[in-house]
Amino acid sequence: MLRENQRRFKFDWLAIILFLLLVGFGWVNILSASHIGEIDSYFDMSQPYGKQAVFILLAFLLIAVVLSIEAKFYERFSSIIYLLAVLALVGLFLFGKNVNGATSWYAFGGITIQPSEFAKFATSLAVAKYISDMQTDIKTLKDQLRTLLIIIIPAALILLQNDAGSTIVYGAFFFVFYREGLQQLYLIALVAIILISVLTLKFGLLICGILLLLITIGVNLLLRKKRPPIYMSILVLALSIGFAFGVQFFYQSILKPHQQDRISIWLRLEKDPAKLEQMKKTILYNLHESEKAISSGRFTGKGFLEGTRTTGKFVPEQHTDYIFSTVGEEWGFLGSSLVVILFVLLIVRILFLAEAQKSQFSRVYGYCVASILFVHFMINVGMVMGLIPTVGIPLPFFSYGGSGLWGFTILLFIFIKLDSNKINEW
Amino acid sequence: MRKLLLLLTVLTVGLVFVARLFYLQVYTSESYNLFEDNAIRKVYDYPKRGYVYDRNGKLLVANQPSYDVMFIPREVKPLDTTEFCKLLNITKERFIETYKKAYRYSPRLPSVFLSHLSKEDYAVLQEKMRKFEGFYIQKRSLRAYQTTIGANVLGDIGEVNRTIIKNRPYYKMGDLIGKQGVELSYEEILRGVKGIKFIQKDRFNKDIGPYKNGSYDTLPQPGKDIKITIDSELQEYGELLMTNKRGGIIAIEPSSGEILTMVTGPSYNPNLLVGRNRSKNYTKLHYDTIAKPLFDRSLLAQYAPGSPFKVINALIGLQEEVVTTEEKFSCRMGYYYGGRKLTGCHHHKSPVNMNSGIAQSCNAYFVNVYRRIVDKYNDAEKGMNIWSKHAKSFGLGNFLNNDLSVGRPGRIPDGDYYNKAYGKNRWGSTYIVSNAIGQGEVEATPIQLANMAAAIGNRGFYYTPHIIKSIEGETIDPNFTTPKYTTIDKKHFDPIIDGMFDVYNDGTASTLRIPGIEICGKTGTAENFVKIDSVKTQLTDHSIFVAFAPKDNPKIAIAVFVENGYWGSRFAGRMASLMIEKYLKGHITRTDMENWILTHSLENEYAKPYSGAPFKINGETTLQVVDNVKRKSKTL
Repeated sequence: MLRENQRRFKFDWLAIILFLLLVGFGWVNILSASHIGEIDSYFDMSQPYGKQAVFILLAFLLIAVVLSIEAKFYERFSSIIYLLAVLALVGLFLFGKNVNGATSWYAFGGITIQPSEFAKFATSLAVAKYISDMQTDIKTLKDQLRTLLIIIIPAALILLQNDAGSTIVYGAFFFVFYREGLQQLYLIALVAIILISVLTLKFGLLICGILLLLITIGVNLLLRKKRPPIYMSILVLALSIGFAFGVQFFYQSILKPHQQDRISIWLRLEKDPAKLEQMKKTILYNLHESEKAISSGRFTGKGFLEGTRTTGKFVPEQHTDYIFSTVGEEWGFLGSSLVVILFVLLIVRILFLAEAQKSQFSRVYGYCVASILFVHFMINVGMVMGLIPTVGIPLPFFSYGGSGLWGFTILLFIFIKLDSNKINEW
Repeated sequence: MRKLLLLLTVLTVGLVFVARLFYLQVYTSESYNLFEDNAIRKVYDYPKRGYVYDRNGKLLVANQPSYDVMFIPREVKPLDTTEFCKLLNITKERFIETYKKAYRYSPRLPSVFLSHLSKEDYAVLQEKMRKFEGFYIQKRSLRAYQTTIGANVLGDIGEVNRTIIKNRPYYKMGDLIGKQGVELSYEEILRGVKGIKFIQKDRFNKDIGPYKNGSYDTLPQPGKDIKITIDSELQEYGELLMTNKRGGIIAIEPSSGEILTMVTGPSYNPNLLVGRNRSKNYTKLHYDTIAKPLFDRSLLAQYAPGSPFKVINALIGLQEEVVTTEEKFSCRMGYYYGGRKLTGCHHHKSPVNMNSGIAQSCNAYFVNVYRRIVDKYNDAEKGMNIWSKHAKSFGLGNFLNNDLSVGRPGRIPDGDYYNKAYGKNRWGSTYIVSNAIGQGEVEATPIQLANMAAAIGNRGFYYTPHIIKSIEGETIDPNFTTPKYTTIDKKHFDPIIDGMFDVYNDGTASTLRIPGIEICGKTGTAENFVKIDSVKTQLTDHSIFVAFAPKDNPKIAIAVFVENGYWGSRFAGRMASLMIEKYLKGHITRTDMENWILTHSLENEYAKPYSGAPFKINGETTLQVVDNVKRKSKTL
């Protein structure tokens, strides 16, 4: 035991290598997506790829700092870190800089910092701290509401700054709560909510209502022995149908037209070819170009710096949210599948490590990291390929941006530090 | 179980993503084609099209610059259409129509918006082009004809159509291609190979630099100049003679097969099919279904050759040894079989031997010879097959397989042909005696007749008549420089040639003699039936003349065919004699004959069937006299 403790390199090298691969390959694609003409220097600070190169170097500095701090620090100071993050978000209302309609940035001279990217690890620390507290029992409603509050505060602040995409990411914590003992009912309810929403929007209220009725009858027939009381069935059915009405109302009256369009495209609700053609040029433009770029890569891709659509900057925001389309065009099915596999491996590795933690704090935090990375990955890649409605969030480690890169790096490396300390006594 | 939720979700999403990637990149992805990538602009560099010279090195076809307005429909942004239309001098309706048509073709590929701007229009437009997104100007080269003659020989170039683009991927929308004449048959040599530059565009359709540093770009290869076998002076003279007539003239140099002249009447000025008015003019020519100026009669007019074909029968008779040159046949104004007159004839001395038979064009003589050939083996089918084989060895009855863009095979029937018509063994030589005098089932085009004359003049061989003399830096098809031998022995030709010589001396063409030139010829008159309102009606006969000169080592072989010219020596014979004199002497001494041709028109004759009124033909008509046709060129 002791000898193992003394080993210098006790970090999880698999996770670190996966991280390095993703960051490195990400930069290569940022270079493709952002270079204009000849490349003079890879550190050309006037170009995104040059800046990203510097961000990456600084990220290594951050890693060194994160890993050199004692593991216990993160648990002890989690509340303070969380408070600082919340304060930073509040401060945006006073000092924030508005970019593309979202007030999410602090500007210091030429540098902009996006606190919401850092709020993710801060919230994760706070959630881990609260759940791992001896007195917390996630099965009780009181604690459920309190943990929810920890999440809702930063999420609401971010939503108020008009960055709906980043808010959605906070849904990732559901996976953490479920792992830590949240009742099955919540999962059933969540699945039901998603199903009812999709069914209502896709097929309309009537068909959805009939389906719900059939399901209720079916469930009652199947569970002959443990059949719930009839009033329960009726109550659930009534609630579901009520919810369906709510979804309809929310979609038609509360969502903004561009959000409606995104959902209608995702669910293929629009059938009029003329309007679809029109949409391809307006709100569908990004998705359309991105799908075309990916598809044109075919099996092996066009090669590094050879993507004609990437070089021609046909996909807007290609070096940030749509970076995956560059991978698709230049590296083809092979390259893009590799990226998907790298992400899946990294997330699964983190999950595996989290389950191996002795301390509940470390395990919950690990779960938070895996969940947040997963939600980002799923939404971003799904969006770029047209599987998920357009939500503007970056691909971790890949997309251009200092705050994002640093936020995710800190998020990941705090866990790597905690993991390296798992056999120590607390 | 709780541990598995996220794990399974992650794995499922990973699988779904890989499946989606497979669907997008492997399953539905079309094969990548640089030409269809709209991120890459293709800029073509059109090479100079080769020049065309005549046999004496006179420039016939050169080039002139032209500017086309091109556009890519999808990239067109809202613009001031009124100003744009005014600049281009078009209506707004035309603008919309052109736009829609091009959009249907492809919203992404360039289409021609307006072709052939004048230099002045170009200068004005070029300054304002920046205002019209999606439009650009492409410079290309148009033909500049240095002459007003030879439209049927030179042909023209025009824009490729959709079918061509589909079948021949070299051609892109708006490219020019040879449509007729040598422009068509030597298209690939004249055109060269266009160069192409691939340019990377951005999403605003701005050029941002060469694609892959220009490694895919190619340089244009200029088209090659060609020299054609036409003697432009003789061609011009032939076209002059053909004024107010319809028909064709083909003159060939027998010692090489080179086509000296290829006249069709009526013709048109080749400059009509250049530039912006091309399509208007082309439509006008194309829909003139009466005069048919686009129909090259020298190559396509397939008719019964009439009497000139008799010499072939004489040659076959000698070769098959069924007749001697001295044997005489009597003629009682026709050929009688079993008391029935099979063929009529005109008045001449009787009986006739072979020489007089040719010189006097005696029908009865040739029916006798022909029947002997067919009946030689007491098997009409076998006899006909042998006869057919001999006749075909003169280049008759099939395509000549030459380098002209159009042609007709003519027809030489064989035994099988009549078996199909009458049934096997149900016909005999008396059924088909019309072939003896070049009527009946025998048909030939003027170029085949000229080639036949060349083969006779050469005493038994010919070179495939062709239009190409030389290609810059290349050799011409060896097929054109290899002699083709007839199945008739050389020794049999001299008596026939003597007969053809006597046609001029004291025969049917004795009035056409040219002092100092020994011409061998043969007149022909072909009956002419057409359907008018589905009633078979006879019109005035066609005038045909076939000749070569001089008698020994002939320099020119010629066939002239004049529609409704009545008898052989009347129009065709005169024109052939004048052409021969023009070619051999360089000037005309028989000005009386020239004057007659230039002052007599057949236009009245051609108008008759369309007048709706009853009309007379042949001997009952009078010729229309016109003013001497103005000479087109001072050099004449």
